[in-house]
Amino acid sequence: MKSGRFWAWVVFALGAAYFFIPLIATVEFSMRMRRGVYSFDAYEVVLGDPRFQATFGYSVLAAIFTIILGVLIVVPTAYWIRLRLPQLRPVVEFITLLPLVIPAIVIVFGYIRMYGSNSPLPFLASDTGTNALLVIGYATLALPYMYRAVDTGLRTIDVRTLTEAAQILGAGWCTIIARVILPNVLIAVLSGAFLTFAIVLGEFTMASLLNRPAFGPYLQNIGANRAYEPAALAIIAFAITWACMSLIQILSRFAPRSANRPN
Amino acid sequence: MTDLSLSDHAIAGKTAPPSEARAFRLPTQWLGVAPFFIFAIMFLVLPTLYLVLGAFQNAAGTFTFDNIVGIFDPPNLSNYIQCQYDSWISWVDGNCRLPTILAAYWISIKISLASSLIGAFAGLAIAIAIVRGGLPNWIRSATLTFSGVASNFAGVPLAFAFLATLGRLGLATVILNTVFGLNIYAHGFNILSFWGLTLTYVYFQIPLMVVIITPAIDGLKKEWGEAAATLGATTAQYWRMVVIPVIWPSFLGTVILLFANAFGAIATAYALTGSSLNIIPIVLYAQIRGDVLHNPHLGYAIAFGMIVITGLANVFYIWFRTRSERWLK
Repeated sequence: MKSGRFWAWVVFALGAAYFFIPLIATVEFSMRMRRGVYSFDAYEVVLGDPRFQATFGYSVLAAIFTIILGVLIVVPTAYWIRLRLPQLRPVVEFITLLPLVIPAIVIVFGYIRMYGSNSPLPFLASDTGTNALLVIGYATLALPYMYRAVDTGLRTIDVRTLTEAAQILGAGWCTIIARVILPNVLIAVLSGAFLTFAIVLGEFTMASLLNRPAFGPYLQNIGANRAYEPAALAIIAFAITWACMSLIQILSRFAPRSANRPN
Repeated sequence: MTDLSLSDHAIAGKTAPPSEARAFRLPTQWLGVAPFFIFAIMFLVLPTLYLVLGAFQNAAGTFTFDNIVGIFDPPNLSNYIQCQYDSWISWVDGNCRLPTILAAYWISIKISLASSLIGAFAGLAIAIAIVRGGLPNWIRSATLTFSGVASNFAGVPLAFAFLATLGRLGLATVILNTVFGLNIYAHGFNILSFWGLTLTYVYFQIPLMVVIITPAIDGLKKEWGEAAATLGATTAQYWRMVVIPVIWPSFLGTVILLFANAFGAIATAYALTGSSLNIIPIVLYAQIRGDVLHNPHLGYAIAFGMIVITGLANVFYIWFRTRSERWLK
């Protein structure tokens, strides 16, 4: 067992080196902007860039709309599948996994051809329509993660009893979903939401092909034209991803471990 | 809130789903999932179908296999085969060139395969080390947290990080050169190449493997080890006859998932190499932006080919997954 532990340390150390060297190198590189000394100039330049603020704001907004759309689609569906149509579960699960099978570039290619300005549904004819299409596209990308998270959350509550109790008290379907089910799976929804946020924020393919002024295309543009700013941006992006994942971890501590009663 | 209601529901739920008992209410039942299905059909199924159908049509809209054949570019493909054959019989490297689109598919498949295999083995080693290696507990939780972050740290910023590390002026390149006297660029390494991109992809492949495979290794029951030891098995026998057969399906399944993950990725490659490395998503990207192939339907065919490859990968994934679930409950 002693040699086993030795090899475990070796593997861990090699892994840690592979994962930390790029991070250290990026931090170091991002601070080399001023000749001869380490400084935070690159960060100042990046954060002061109006295009950074505009594109970042745009992507945050897109992410928020994506999360709202995702919740509106996923929560009622997952709830209804658990309550009334369990026989549809395999079909719905299969559909929610499709975005992992069909690459994002193919999905957006389909949008561009199908919803062009001459089509019956001309999403791409106006700016608002294109923004909506981007949010829709992001919602499909987030579908696998959102559905997984919500379904896991629903597993920990007794959907049937809660529904019947609410019905006895005279609640309609919208009230049940918004005021009984959603608060009970809020932690699951939030962890899905943060994951969605992390995925959407720096997304490049869809935003670029739909010509949206989003953060991903901005990053790419900076990468092609500047030396030190990209490294600073990489560190910022890593910090945001880290923050989202930490929030999910913290939230999961508050989540109920299992159902009080089986469904 | 009584035990009675619980057992009633448990029985009702198991023996007869409500919809079967009351079939005449079917339309209202389906109304609840209608928004989801409308969304999925409009924004997931139909756009994909549109491309797939487009792949089998010409500009006039009639059915044809020309676009699919066009991917293989028969005249250039036969030149390539001839060239390979000539250089093989004459022992001279003929520097043969695959047709552009096929070459792009081929390099995409190679990069995805290499990064998924390296990621899978390294991830498995790390997962075994943190679960079974007798390391302190905080290492396990720190590794899992970090893996959650790193598996989502892809796209453009990842490319920046690797440029800052292994680019011509990157920290690792400079240190290797000044401290160890090893100029990796003089030895043919280039971050804008097959190995450069593979090494970059591994950065999100390993953590993804760790996240997915750790539960499977946790699922190896202690009792199996004890049972094997009681029957007189050595450690090697235990690994060969118990651990590997149990882990194998979920390992292969995850390799396939990693493969599909890398195959569709474009942002990292595009930010890293621009268009100097022609992987298939970048060819498709250029085609969508500017019809560089001068044939829109050839673009549909490329998209169709990508769906076929990731689709096949996922069929295998599901197949392995169902096999692994038998043991790892």
